[in-house]
Amino acid sequence: MLKLKEIDDMVAGRSLWSDARRRFMRNRAAVISLCLLLLIAGACVIGPWVLPHAFDSADWDAMSIGPSMKNAHFWGTDEAGRDLLVRCLIGGRISLTVGLLATLASVSLGIAWGAIAGFLGGKVDAVMMRIVDMMYAIPYLLIAILLVTILGREFYLVVITITVFSWMDMARVVRGQTLSLRSMEYVEAARAMGVSTRRIIFAHIVPNLLGVVVIYTTVTVPGVILTESVLSFLGLGIQEPMTSWGVLVQDGAKVMEVSPWILLFPAGLLSVTLYCFNFIGDGLRDALDPKER
Amino acid sequence: MNAPAPLLSIRDLKVHFSIASESPLPWKAPRLLKAVDGVSFDIFAGETLGIVGESGCGKSTLARAMLNLIPISGGSIVWQGQEMYGASAQAWQDIRKSVQMIFQDPLASLNPRMTVGQIIAEPLQTHFPQMSKHDVMHKVRAMMVKVGLTEQQINRYPHEFSGGQCQRIGIARALVLEPKLIICDEPVSALDVSIQAQIINLLMELQAQMGLALVFIAHDLAVVKHISQRVMVMYLGRSMEIATKQAIYQHPSHPYTQALLSAIPLPDPRRERNKTLQLLPGDLPSPMDPPSGCGFRTRCPRAIAACALHRPELRALSADTQIACDVVGVNT
Amino acid sequence: MALLEVNDLNVQFATPDGVVTAVNGISFALERGQTLGIVGESGSGKSQAVLAVMGLLANNGSASGQALFDGQDLLSLPASALNQIRGNRVAMIFQDPMTSLNPYLTVERQMTEVLEFHKGLTHSQARLRAVQALDAVKIPEAAKRISRYPHEFSGGMRQRVMIAMALLCEPDVLIADEPTTALDVTVQAQIIALLRDLQRDHGTAIVMITHDLGVVAGLCDEVMVLYGGRVMEQGSAEPIFYQPTHPYTVGLLGAVPRIEQGEQALVAIPGAPPNMARLPAGCPFSERCALVEPRCLNTRPALLAVADQSAVLRACHKSALEVRRYAKELSL
Repeated sequence: MLKLKEIDDMVAGRSLWSDARRRFMRNRAAVISLCLLLLIAGACVIGPWVLPHAFDSADWDAMSIGPSMKNAHFWGTDEAGRDLLVRCLIGGRISLTVGLLATLASVSLGIAWGAIAGFLGGKVDAVMMRIVDMMYAIPYLLIAILLVTILGREFYLVVITITVFSWMDMARVVRGQTLSLRSMEYVEAARAMGVSTRRIIFAHIVPNLLGVVVIYTTVTVPGVILTESVLSFLGLGIQEPMTSWGVLVQDGAKVMEVSPWILLFPAGLLSVTLYCFNFIGDGLRDALDPKER
Repeated sequence: MNAPAPLLSIRDLKVHFSIASESPLPWKAPRLLKAVDGVSFDIFAGETLGIVGESGCGKSTLARAMLNLIPISGGSIVWQGQEMYGASAQAWQDIRKSVQMIFQDPLASLNPRMTVGQIIAEPLQTHFPQMSKHDVMHKVRAMMVKVGLTEQQINRYPHEFSGGQCQRIGIARALVLEPKLIICDEPVSALDVSIQAQIINLLMELQAQMGLALVFIAHDLAVVKHISQRVMVMYLGRSMEIATKQAIYQHPSHPYTQALLSAIPLPDPRRERNKTLQLLPGDLPSPMDPPSGCGFRTRCPRAIAACALHRPELRALSADTQIACDVVGVNT
Repeated sequence: MALLEVNDLNVQFATPDGVVTAVNGISFALERGQTLGIVGESGSGKSQAVLAVMGLLANNGSASGQALFDGQDLLSLPASALNQIRGNRVAMIFQDPMTSLNPYLTVERQMTEVLEFHKGLTHSQARLRAVQALDAVKIPEAAKRISRYPHEFSGGMRQRVMIAMALLCEPDVLIADEPTTALDVTVQAQIIALLRDLQRDHGTAIVMITHDLGVVAGLCDEVMVLYGGRVMEQGSAEPIFYQPTHPYTVGLLGAVPRIEQGEQALVAIPGAPPNMARLPAGCPFSERCALVEPRCLNTRPALLAVADQSAVLRACHKSALEVRRYAKELSL
């Protein structure tokens, strides 16, 4: 009989996650996108500390100049003389943070809502799904404008507003998956064993949902970032002098005929990030495809 | 001398599903699917009762109703003297320590995201949450060896095993609580013939070692006869015959049992080609619209007019056979 | 000249893990009116062999060797020529009657399509022939039922419809790929009896693929036992069933529970079905064989005639006598 410590020497199984990881790594577009995304995120975090300019300091010598080596303004400056590269990276911090936080919150809410509704079924399911339908019916932009106007443009409020309108897709998808997982034999086996409903949902159903959840999450993040950008574009997002990609795009759009780089750089960065998420999402979907097991 | 009390006693068990009627009118009564329609039998400690029948006979529904996985519509289930029909969820939870189940599809009955060790440990963690991790692992490893797996496989995932090995994991999971009764729902139907024999031998060995009672459900009468002491034949949700295995083979009494036995293909060319086949005419009636009286009468070679009027109850034909038939063995 | 002569058929699949050889060097000759049973478990290659002959392999599969039907090599025919033969002179029926009939077309449409294409009949002529075919397979009220959809038939009836469709053009060869595996045993008996009758009436040669030795015993004159894509034993049915000379055949026959068997344990072949991507260099069965010797793992045994029984070919290093002795120990 082997001793407890020898369990660590046991052969580690080849889990489905490691299989999926291998398949993901074989998808070049997805891997390149992942590297690019990590690069952008890294730059947003480290860049502003490394670069010589602050994001809100005006350089009176170099107002509205295009990309040049003068004063190390690699991406040029805006009309207030602020370095565009640093502003883009700072804006990236905000956009990505809002994106990730709001996504995390809406995904958690969506999974919990959908799994509980799908597993319990019956009236509980009906009521919970009607609430989802009502949320869909509410015009989110109007409510967002209302909330922001009443409560102010704080960072956390922007995150909450976006979350409140992004969790429904996940809830629906998770509910659908739960309905099909509910009739799987291993769930039946768990019920026959006497496992509690709570444990069945969280130990049996949710782990088997995660494939779909991961895919939908990578689709949600760009949506959330865009929503934040839209809000910022409408003047309802982050307050000055803090900036996000949406704010930068709005500023750039105003002067795009005169100083196109002020629009092009932030818009380009935003687009590349969104593309990366899409390719990663595609790669994940293929990697987690059950038929490939 | 008193016969020992049965472990599980089922009387007139009914499982009816209401199916939405085809008519859009809301006051039309829903149709009733009588999956199990009045089944009675006893199971004694240490013995194996085989339940055999074809599709639509209700044997799988019966298996699940016995564990309250499907709600029971009527009748009584008495487990060691305690009536379980209508019992609280807590009462059912208590008996789940003693009654476990093995399923038909070996791979599908295991959570693909859990390791073998976690799968087998789960019943222990559910019913004995205060047991230390060390004790749990000890029991899990002991059980793995008992069912023919090796301890090194404890961290592997189900998809890394063959069908036969997955079924062994399922058996280990069912046995880790040392239950008194195991309900086996077609445990070997999805396996190759050579692996079937391994699993059947394993179940019989474990039964002898651990003193288990088994309810073995299958559609293959030969497999059932090999492992069981008594056999129950079901048709359209009702039991047609309950007999010891010698009686079932040597003198099957119910016409359906006779037809079922004659239909089994023997791996013996001379006997197979020369046997008299009792072919059942017609098709299986729909469980939503069973024939009046005896459910088998539409295909029975010995049906008489009275069979349509009265539904036959199980009665003892001899010391080792009970049948539900008003024609066989009745002196007119 | 044999009606269907297959010589050294090999089937390979290009998978992400490398080339997998599913069928490795099988040969047989089918005469008019003869029945050949191809027996094997998972991974034996039995289905892939006949799919290759019919030109129905998946895109990543390739077949080599010869499949001579009436002198023409089916493996090298272009699709247009193959289509003239398929459905017309060589017909096939599949395992799952639920998925092999198009659910969107009526049975009539599916049957008349075959006749219009191959025999050039008009629609009304084709309909008449189709109704006659359904009558021949004993579908009640064929004229009314023919305009129904597949889902309105039961499993056994759908299989009969498949058989009727296959026999519409009065083919010379009927290939049946596990036609009764998904059916109840009483329905299976009906279908086997039907195939026997049709063979007697029309003189069709049948290739029956199955894992069920009982079905083979009832229907087939010749038997081919496959394991891991290779032939283990091949020849007339009676000697193979009564005096098997290959350890795998012995094991298979011993693993099948028989209704008249006494209390003896089932012979369990240890191990698991072969991993087709990683077969041993020698005999594919060597890893599970009770009579294995070192040379079995390294050198592949040739398929040779048994000394005193020229109707049987076997691929085994051990002598027939040793295998017979082993079989006797297992009291087979």
